Amino acid sequence: MRSARSPAKPAGEDDYVPSARQRERERIRRRTATRSALIAAASTVVLGTIIWVVVTRSPGWPRVQESFFDWGYAKRSFPSILAGLWLNIRVMLVCEVVILAFGLVVAGCRTLRGPVFFPLRLLAAAYTDLFRGLPLILVILLLGLGVPGLRLRGLPDSIVFYGGAALVLTYSAYVAEVFRAGIDSVHPSQRAAARSLGLSSGQAMRYVVLPQAVRRVVPPLLNDLVSLQKDSGLISVLGAIDAVRAAGIETATSFNFTPFVVAGALFVLLTIPLARFTDWLGRRTERRRGLGGAV
Amino acid sequence: MTARQLRFVAALLGVALALTACAPEDQGASGSAATAADACAKDKLQLTTKGKLTIGTDKPAYEPWFSDDDPANGKGYESAVAYAVAEKLGFSRQEVAWTVAPFNTVIQPGPKKFDFDVNQVSITEERRRAVDFSSGYYVVSQAVIALKDSPIAGATSVAQLKDAKLGAAVGTTSYRAIVDQVKPSKQPAVFDNNDVAKAALRNGQLDGLVLDLPTAFYVTAAEIPDAKIVGQFPAAGANPEQFGLVLEKGSPLTACVSKAVDALRSGGDLKSLQDRWLSDSVGAPVLS
Repeated sequence: MRSARSPAKPAGEDDYVPSARQRERERIRRRTATRSALIAAASTVVLGTIIWVVVTRSPGWPRVQESFFDWGYAKRSFPSILAGLWLNIRVMLVCEVVILAFGLVVAGCRTLRGPVFFPLRLLAAAYTDLFRGLPLILVILLLGLGVPGLRLRGLPDSIVFYGGAALVLTYSAYVAEVFRAGIDSVHPSQRAAARSLGLSSGQAMRYVVLPQAVRRVVPPLLNDLVSLQKDSGLISVLGAIDAVRAAGIETATSFNFTPFVVAGALFVLLTIPLARFTDWLGRRTERRRGLGGAV
Repeated sequence: MTARQLRFVAALLGVALALTACAPEDQGASGSAATAADACAKDKLQLTTKGKLTIGTDKPAYEPWFSDDDPANGKGYESAVAYAVAEKLGFSRQEVAWTVAPFNTVIQPGPKKFDFDVNQVSITEERRRAVDFSSGYYVVSQAVIALKDSPIAGATSVAQLKDAKLGAAVGTTSYRAIVDQVKPSKQPAVFDNNDVAKAALRNGQLDGLVLDLPTAFYVTAAEIPDAKIVGQFPAAGANPEQFGLVLEKGSPLTACVSKAVDALRSGGDLKSLQDRWLSDSVGAPVLS
């Protein structure tokens, strides 16, 4: 390695020569790494082969393959499923923004101190208890069929609107609790220090507690986002055609389940960039902490 | 490899062997057509449960196909047809067992827990690739219903439905009728079942709901008196749409069940059961 590099370097600048012991150490490390990689590869291949053989040799495999993995049906159902997925994505993006804002407000209410705020705290606690307990599908049905059933004038009649409202109500309750956990995780000394510097209670929350709290809860928040991405499809009970419903329609036409597999694959493809984004965000936070960690 | 790793690989192999050994042999539903006259004799039939004819349908079982959500009472057209088929195959009422079979379990690959399923399933060539159908026991047409104050309540042609917000239940040929025949300008709403669809219609969230004609008669007569049948769709293709009994793909029973249905049709039994349980379809205008 070194011999290949050294001619390009000006003489004298890099006169480090590893000792014989260091070279021996590196050799052993390389050998161990190669051996580990080989064993890992062999183990993976063996396990993969076993799973492959067990599945494909099973007596029902041809029928399962035909009904779940048919390329012709996959191709045919793809455009309508993709159109459905676009609805999922739009619902998810719009709802997520509202959920984050609303969840933060609820969490803020729950962490307010002082006897005068008791009704707000009570309201926020009752809200999170209620909507974390209610099944999402019931909230969607109540809002999507119940409210238009009142036949009041001036109410929107879009099913996507009511479905989205139900998602916001339910998910905000979860997200509020995540935010509250983040706020509670900031050590009280931080707040005490801020107050002793002369910051008001609100300022301490805004400039000291929240920035730390939000950073800590980014991974669980993205978890909720991924979950929302899939639950956005539940508004299909009101009649909207999302990716899974589009797949259901295709399946009912042909009695072949491949469209569901297509929809599943698309959802996974949607989730992977999000997961990588979370990782990147975590690493960035880590890096910044490292840089600013001189104190 | 260390001893521990070796043990891990050995354990994997052991599990694999066990799995292979446990894998059930395919019963190999022999699709041999019943050629001999006595191939459909009661004791020759390969049944899910010995001595019982097991019939599947979804729950809830809707009117007018069933009555009071109880398929075993013999009331409603499909319940009556099921018992008539059972009788042709030589089973008494006591020898018929009903089982709940949701739509997805009817169309999934692999063995079924029923001998045949009766649940308003339309026969199409494409679906035949996944399941077996008996011959048809009912010629069905699709109809659109609307509230009496709906903008399409007075429609007389399919073209007049084009700009309406229409709905149907998922998995139905009613949805196909909307897409293929109406070609609507608004995306149709698709519901899990007719109950949600009916609620949406009552709320005014839908201009019209497409159902099979007998269900349309029942809904407008008994469930939503504010609604009326706008009309039935003209037959789409050369072959009229028919409901068939669903059997496992390659089931040895298919030929026998089809024979029983054919006998009921030629004997006039299907006609008299329709007269008894279903409204007269002549009453619904055909959309031009």
